[in-house]
Amino acid sequence: MKIVVCIKQVPDTEAEVKWDLQKGTLKREDMDSVTNPFDEFALEEALLTKEKYDAQIVAISMGPEKAADVLRNAFALGVDEVFQITDPALAGSDTLGTSYVLAKAIEKIGDADVVLCGKQATDGNTGIVASELATRLGYSQLSFVGKIVEIDEASKKIKVERGIEGGREVVEAKLPAVVSVLKGINEPRLPNLMGIRKAAKIQIPVWDTNEIGAAKEKAGVEGAAIKVIELTTPPPRSAGEMLSGDVEEVGNLLVEKLLDLKVIK
Amino acid sequence: MSDHKDVWIYVEHKEGAFTPMAYELFGIGKKLAGDLGSDLCALVIGENTDELAKEAGYYGASKVYAVDGAPFKTFRGEAYGKAACEVMKKYNPDLVLYRATTQGADLSAVCAATLETGLGSDAIGLELGENKAVKMTRAAFGGSYLVSVINTKTKPQMATVRPKVFAMAERDTSKQAEVVKETVAVAEDDLRTKVLEFIKSQVMVNLVEADIIVSGGRGVGKPEGFNILQELANTLGGALGASRAAVDSGWIPQEHQVGQTGKTVKPKIYIACGISGAIQHLAGMRTSDCIVAINKDAEAPIFKVASYGIVADYNQVVPKLIDEFKKRLNK
Repeated sequence: MKIVVCIKQVPDTEAEVKWDLQKGTLKREDMDSVTNPFDEFALEEALLTKEKYDAQIVAISMGPEKAADVLRNAFALGVDEVFQITDPALAGSDTLGTSYVLAKAIEKIGDADVVLCGKQATDGNTGIVASELATRLGYSQLSFVGKIVEIDEASKKIKVERGIEGGREVVEAKLPAVVSVLKGINEPRLPNLMGIRKAAKIQIPVWDTNEIGAAKEKAGVEGAAIKVIELTTPPPRSAGEMLSGDVEEVGNLLVEKLLDLKVIK
Repeated sequence: MSDHKDVWIYVEHKEGAFTPMAYELFGIGKKLAGDLGSDLCALVIGENTDELAKEAGYYGASKVYAVDGAPFKTFRGEAYGKAACEVMKKYNPDLVLYRATTQGADLSAVCAATLETGLGSDAIGLELGENKAVKMTRAAFGGSYLVSVINTKTKPQMATVRPKVFAMAERDTSKQAEVVKETVAVAEDDLRTKVLEFIKSQVMVNLVEADIIVSGGRGVGKPEGFNILQELANTLGGALGASRAAVDSGWIPQEHQVGQTGKTVKPKIYIACGISGAIQHLAGMRTSDCIVAINKDAEAPIFKVASYGIVADYNQVVPKLIDEFKKRLNK
């Protein structure tokens, strides 16, 4: 079985966000970066699947040069191969362009049975790239997956539980499939020292748009249908009123104030 | 591109009725259609959709495109996507709006990728921009930034719409829609996915739709601490939330998590107990109308965004709140 994991480098979720307000882009170079937290679950799910069914794992990441770090980390965790997709022409891609480029890279890798993604990235937060990717590849679309129940290689089928509004949906699908996973599907492991040492030495192969056969004009700023036209900071939320007194007093005061809002019935 | 016209809304339904948040789509859809001088059309896909089509008229759609058939009994991105795309290709809408739900995300992604068009996510603002294209505004990083985007390049324009932002449309049974029935052939054998079962959640955690949320963080200290928070939430008819610290400590299931790696919520009242207010938590709740912070640490950053702050142990304040609310609400 061949598993492809798509991972993205995002600004650290604990860090202050820095925007270039003129260009409407993030100042990624000024911010600490981490593996998208949701992708850690995708990565772990790939490793667990490999342990259970015996599989080859290929991790890919599209992003600037600096994003090689997340692939190095993936390699340290035990994925078999990594490829970085980087090209100046890809900067400013929207979801349409991103899914196009990832699909091209996955086609180049070839013979994928399962493509694993995090359900969304914490920077863009769109949560649609995985589904666009499934559509472009013609693979089964399995989004918001909270559990992979089983994978049957012989009959080329996968059974999963999806977390949707109000409950869980059990879905069976043909392979290949693009599976986007929810937080909590597993507990991501940390790399061990040996893995880190091994990863430090590898040369990460880099693919540009030519290498994957992607048309430059279909990605990046040029290919984007969605353009950022305005970036504003709303007026900061001002601190309100501190209520003081003993428990009895503050309790009564707060109840009074909240009932005044006429929301509580 | 001038042959693209009308504002379309994709309306979700369950067990023969629209889902509650569908009514907001009628509201904002009607407004945009008015601004553009075009019609509001509803796209309804399912099995036995006649009643739903009629209802869509009551809520302001002047036209309803209905795709009916057995393969559409339950939502599946690929089947619904095929139906939606075929109808869109035939009638060329100018703008298509979906709800920002799992279903809306799945369907919009299939349609955007199939029709090679742009998709704006999680809109909290929709208004006319340049060239009669729709300017879509979303909150980024939990409302600390507002990003506006526009698609003047491809049609149809598409966006998913955040819940609880736009006003609901009123029901008016004197209004009627023209119902256009479309047949889309989808053979079960050709479909890649099959829904086997739906397992209803035991605890209903509908944070996104809740008007009131009582939430707990690291300061709650132990799993049992959430019991009184749940009691307060029940008393107020609200939902129970939690910070990442509490979820990662294993005190409460992940479905309750509010924040950057949890749910983004916008209740009318958010009561944060023992939550310090890390950036990633604020990202998920800072646009709440009224924020109450109860924390022992007077320096906790949560107080900077709180409408009302109380420096105290939640263990003492919350029982008092429960008693007092019960008394005042005659519960």
